[in-house]
Amino acid sequence: MYLLNRSQRHKVNYTWMIISLLLVASLPFLLFLGLYLKSFLLIHDYHLGDLLFSKVWKPGSGKFGFYPFIVGSIWVTLLAMLISAPICLLTAIYVTQYTRKRFLRIMHPAIDILAGIPSVVYGVWGILVIVPFISKFVGPLFGVETLGYSILAAALVLSVMIIPFILNILIEVFRTIPMELKEASLSLGATQWQTVKSVLVKKALPGIIAAFGFGLARAFGETMAVLMVVGNVVRLPKSVFDPGYTLPALIANNYGEMLSIPKYESALMFAALILLAVSLFFNLVMHFFIDRYNKFAS
Amino acid sequence: MKRSGKIEEKIFKVLMIIATYSILAILAIIIYTIFAKGIRSMSWEILTQVPQGGYYYGKGGGILNAILGSLSLAVGATILAFIFGLPVALYINVFLVRKKKLVTMIRFILDLVWGIPSIVYGAFGFSMMILLGLQTSLLAGTLTVTLFILPIMIRSMDEILRTVPIGLSEATYSLGANKSELAFKIFTRQTVSGIITAILLSFGRAIGDAASVLFTAGYTDNLPNSLMEPVATLPLSIFFQLSSPVPAVQDRAYASALVLTLIILLVSLFSRGIGKRYHKTKINF
Repeated sequence: MYLLNRSQRHKVNYTWMIISLLLVASLPFLLFLGLYLKSFLLIHDYHLGDLLFSKVWKPGSGKFGFYPFIVGSIWVTLLAMLISAPICLLTAIYVTQYTRKRFLRIMHPAIDILAGIPSVVYGVWGILVIVPFISKFVGPLFGVETLGYSILAAALVLSVMIIPFILNILIEVFRTIPMELKEASLSLGATQWQTVKSVLVKKALPGIIAAFGFGLARAFGETMAVLMVVGNVVRLPKSVFDPGYTLPALIANNYGEMLSIPKYESALMFAALILLAVSLFFNLVMHFFIDRYNKFAS
Repeated sequence: MKRSGKIEEKIFKVLMIIATYSILAILAIIIYTIFAKGIRSMSWEILTQVPQGGYYYGKGGGILNAILGSLSLAVGATILAFIFGLPVALYINVFLVRKKKLVTMIRFILDLVWGIPSIVYGAFGFSMMILLGLQTSLLAGTLTVTLFILPIMIRSMDEILRTVPIGLSEATYSLGANKSELAFKIFTRQTVSGIITAILLSFGRAIGDAASVLFTAGYTDNLPNSLMEPVATLPLSIFFQLSSPVPAVQDRAYASALVLTLIILLVSLFSRGIGKRYHKTKINF
């Protein structure tokens, strides 16, 4: 019935498992090595400090300053976190501590759908709703004239996109806190809110930090939605109503032109390398927090 | 003191309710916007024709090239990711079940890889393409997207396989089965619904991502017909149509966004339904 006998089949299966595992486990190193080799042309010829902190971006005349893009990325990411973090924390506390279990059954599909919407669709929504909202409403409110395509628009779209990531982790964190802890606090006469504030949040702090960190890393690398609403102007933004440019948008926007200048291609690969390094670093640090949290929780 | 505490609780409770319902409201607004804008310019022509000459200046045609391109790319990538992903997930949960430290390490690496932005995969795929002398093509796009969804696929399967009770493994061993039989015959059957959910989740990611195919899959107005030729994808089609200054073309971008959203919603609905259906094969302890 079978071509191979049992132990032969076992060997084939086993070999395939090992090959797959090695492929997957080597992926981060392969990515790093590949991008590093590709950006070597640039790193070799310029000082790292010059690349990261020079403000002039003129690929045609060999000037590669990533500073405007790095600053743009940081502005957009931090602003998005500032909007998203309190909303997620409040929601996570509400759905885990103040509502019945049934409510989570409404919340979970909603979170899943938010997480599943493709980033280009978020971009379309941003152009249709957020950009006009800023140019017609928020801008005039602060007495600023703006087209709407701005750091703020990108941050608003981004803040919605990272809600499902942060919220999922936060809900998980609050649910793993042992019931006894809460009961002990309540039995000592603390109110529900006092328990939440001084027992639960304190206990969950490493988990909360980790959730925010994962969200931050996610936001930093987001490409299409940001690219569509951020304005894509290479200069240092002075206010949130100014258009900006982010690192992922830089890579995505210039893939056609880069082929004519070898150093240009190298520069875009360097931008990808920065993104990879930031993503790996943040995830590493946040795993440390999650580990600590798990140790205390169990 | 006590009263101020009560007021504080009330204020925060109101804030919590506002936060929670604003998330639900934003989701409703997004879905409503995409549907309302998309339906207005939706037509049979858009779904069933390829772009004709001058399409991007408002002439006739549709996005069939992108719909079929996206489907073939996402299906291919999902199959490849499954072929490499299932063995890894099984290996972790059957062969390494006693080596806790190693498993933690592997899960940690997978989580790291999951967190890497898709544009980095795109750039990496592009540099590999040049190294191997490939052109932008369906093949290059599929391979890049495979790398991108692989950690998602493995980790979601892993979460399900973890829940298989140890008693089942012991019972299987006691009947004389070896480890790979336990993995491929027992574990997979016990977790069918979870595995299908993981596949659908990865498929959704594969079809919706633009940044990883931007460099690698290219774009074309033709239907996909060869692995070595460029292929159009829905996210890029939306992006390119939206960049056109012609309002009629932008309207078609909204219709395309509706198509993509519908596909995603269908996939997610499907994966919710499947969890309930395949309980028959599952042994409850």
